Amino acid sequence: MMTNFLRGALLITVFSMAACSTGPTMQMENYSEPVFSADRILSEDAGERSASAVYDPWQGMNRRIYNFNYHFDRYVFLPATRGYQNVTPDLAEEGVSNFFDNLKDVNTFLNSVLQLSPTKSAQSLGRVAVNSTIGLLGLIDVATMFGIDRPVEDFGQTLGRWGAGPGPYLMVPVLGPSSLRDGIGLIPDTMVNSYLKEEIFGEDGATIASVVDAVSTRSKVKFRYYETGSTFEYETVRWLWTTKRELDVAK
Amino acid sequence: MVKHSILRSGLIGLGLLLATSSWAATEEYGYPIKDKYVATVVGTPSEYFADLPKKIPFKSRRVSIFPDREVPDAFFYDSELLYSVALQKKAAPLIFLIAGTGSSHNGGTNYQMARAFYQAGFHVVSLSSPTFSNFVISASRTGVPGHAEHDAEDLYRAMEKIHTILLDKDNIEITGFNLTGYSLGGFNSAYVAKLDEQRKSFNFDRVLLINPPVSLYNSISLLDRMANNIPGGVDNFNLFFEDLVRGFGEIYKRSSGDLGDNFLYDAYRALDLKDEELAALIGVAFRLSSASMVFASDVMTNYGYVKPKEMRLTRHTDLQPLSRVVYRLGFTDYYHEYFYPYYRDNENAAGRDAFVQSESLTHIQDYLRNSPKITVMHNENDVILEPGEIDFFREVFGDRAKIYPYGGHCGNMSYRDNVAHMINTFTR
Repeated sequence: MMTNFLRGALLITVFSMAACSTGPTMQMENYSEPVFSADRILSEDAGERSASAVYDPWQGMNRRIYNFNYHFDRYVFLPATRGYQNVTPDLAEEGVSNFFDNLKDVNTFLNSVLQLSPTKSAQSLGRVAVNSTIGLLGLIDVATMFGIDRPVEDFGQTLGRWGAGPGPYLMVPVLGPSSLRDGIGLIPDTMVNSYLKEEIFGEDGATIASVVDAVSTRSKVKFRYYETGSTFEYETVRWLWTTKRELDVAK
Repeated sequence: MVKHSILRSGLIGLGLLLATSSWAATEEYGYPIKDKYVATVVGTPSEYFADLPKKIPFKSRRVSIFPDREVPDAFFYDSELLYSVALQKKAAPLIFLIAGTGSSHNGGTNYQMARAFYQAGFHVVSLSSPTFSNFVISASRTGVPGHAEHDAEDLYRAMEKIHTILLDKDNIEITGFNLTGYSLGGFNSAYVAKLDEQRKSFNFDRVLLINPPVSLYNSISLLDRMANNIPGGVDNFNLFFEDLVRGFGEIYKRSSGDLGDNFLYDAYRALDLKDEELAALIGVAFRLSSASMVFASDVMTNYGYVKPKEMRLTRHTDLQPLSRVVYRLGFTDYYHEYFYPYYRDNENAAGRDAFVQSESLTHIQDYLRNSPKITVMHNENDVILEPGEIDFFREVFGDRAKIYPYGGHCGNMSYRDNVAHMINTFTR
């Protein structure tokens, strides 16, 4: 319950901050001419012709959250993943990760049903059935060994499936790039996930489980803030993420 | 597995057939991709990979190179140099790896080399290219990368600092020093080796240059010309790049899972790209790294190349308008409008032609010719060499040059024969 509350509170903060911030605009005419100025080498419609222009009216806030995430990652999240990896044998790490993936497969199943996708519903249901039984409550991913594909569907994709556009780009604290639609989608997904954890571990246990889940998940994501080598990382991540989500919805 | 072995015996059969009907030299080399552009883009299909450990203790670290340097707020995260190490538990020789243009210490190629050398018993220290933005910002003295001698001095300074840390903090025992790098990193390695002859901090036992350019200017011109293959010209850079990502995306959509080892290979086959498109793709890949290099440098020197001089960037500034301009610029623009003028004005660099001449391996060929410790590994059909430039290596290095018949630019670096050759160079 606590993580639920925390996440809801964060989202509310995010939205209220959005109202009062806009991205800093650039007024080239006030500056002296650089060697290569934009109007010398770009056609006038360069901005419109470029698909990488993602709708980002909350940029000022988003950039600050991006920045916060970098610091959170560096001083809290990544040290936690390192500690976790140091104390946990590889095999146990794999088991923990499989266990939480199995819970996420339940969520994928629900969303696949809502999307009226028989293939994905069958695949995710099959995975949960096999892994929760033969796979010892999800610790072993037997379904993958059997060759059952693992679709991942969340409520953001479900909204997208029924025609909702992504809306403004949104950086979510701790979790990273998202959109208004996908941010809203996080709420029912998190509720389902927390419900399952509470059923299994009880209320206090669920909080611990959520922390372990977060650390385990982070330890498997290679992305490091500000280490991509791109000096335009915020812009690049924004565009790639948006493209990826578009494809995920279509998939 | 069954499919693989059928495929493999088919290929072996095909290989035998080709071997009996063709002559010498090329018959033993089994890297499967003959086309230079395809090899450069696709690399090595996974069934041809060298056998390497899946996991090694490869750790990312930071070191402060210029403690007094004030890094602009827009790059607040890059005040320290990033590098990686994989250290042995017992006394061992050490090898420094230098990445290629715009590539990082923990990029795919350096990591792959680290696995190979760690397995062969080396302490591995992996460095980014001096053209990688983090290096430009934290470790370049001038902030204007691409200068053969300055880049070598910057690398050397970083290597010395890291060496001190390894001795004082990690307390490891090092039995000797070695050096290798690919692409521009190979070129850098040659200049670092030469610098070491005066400074003598390391006294390298062996140095291997992998697919280096001969003349920096020739190679960057070739890369810019490849980008000119973009349909509709370089003006369409953004659109072409976006289409490309979309194309890859479509393949991702059709695939069941994640992007695996063979993703590029599958993508290449599915997209059915023409040679010009592949060349454009290579040009675009280099453009992405040159853009970050150019922008990092421009902000560090406040030269007013793309960013107007008076404009203050903070960590919250929207950079997209500037990025559009930077992506539109090539290496040769950088060279003529910024790099050369900078060194002419600040260091009285020679005339333009003489300066271009000095940025080459030809410039230090006497040293290379007379240094038995330096060897080279290259490909006959490397796309960053002008026609005939490959002969420079045969002529200068003699039997210290291992030249493969194909592999494009670094496409065969993960192929098992190549990996074996890399290791043998340092262990024989």
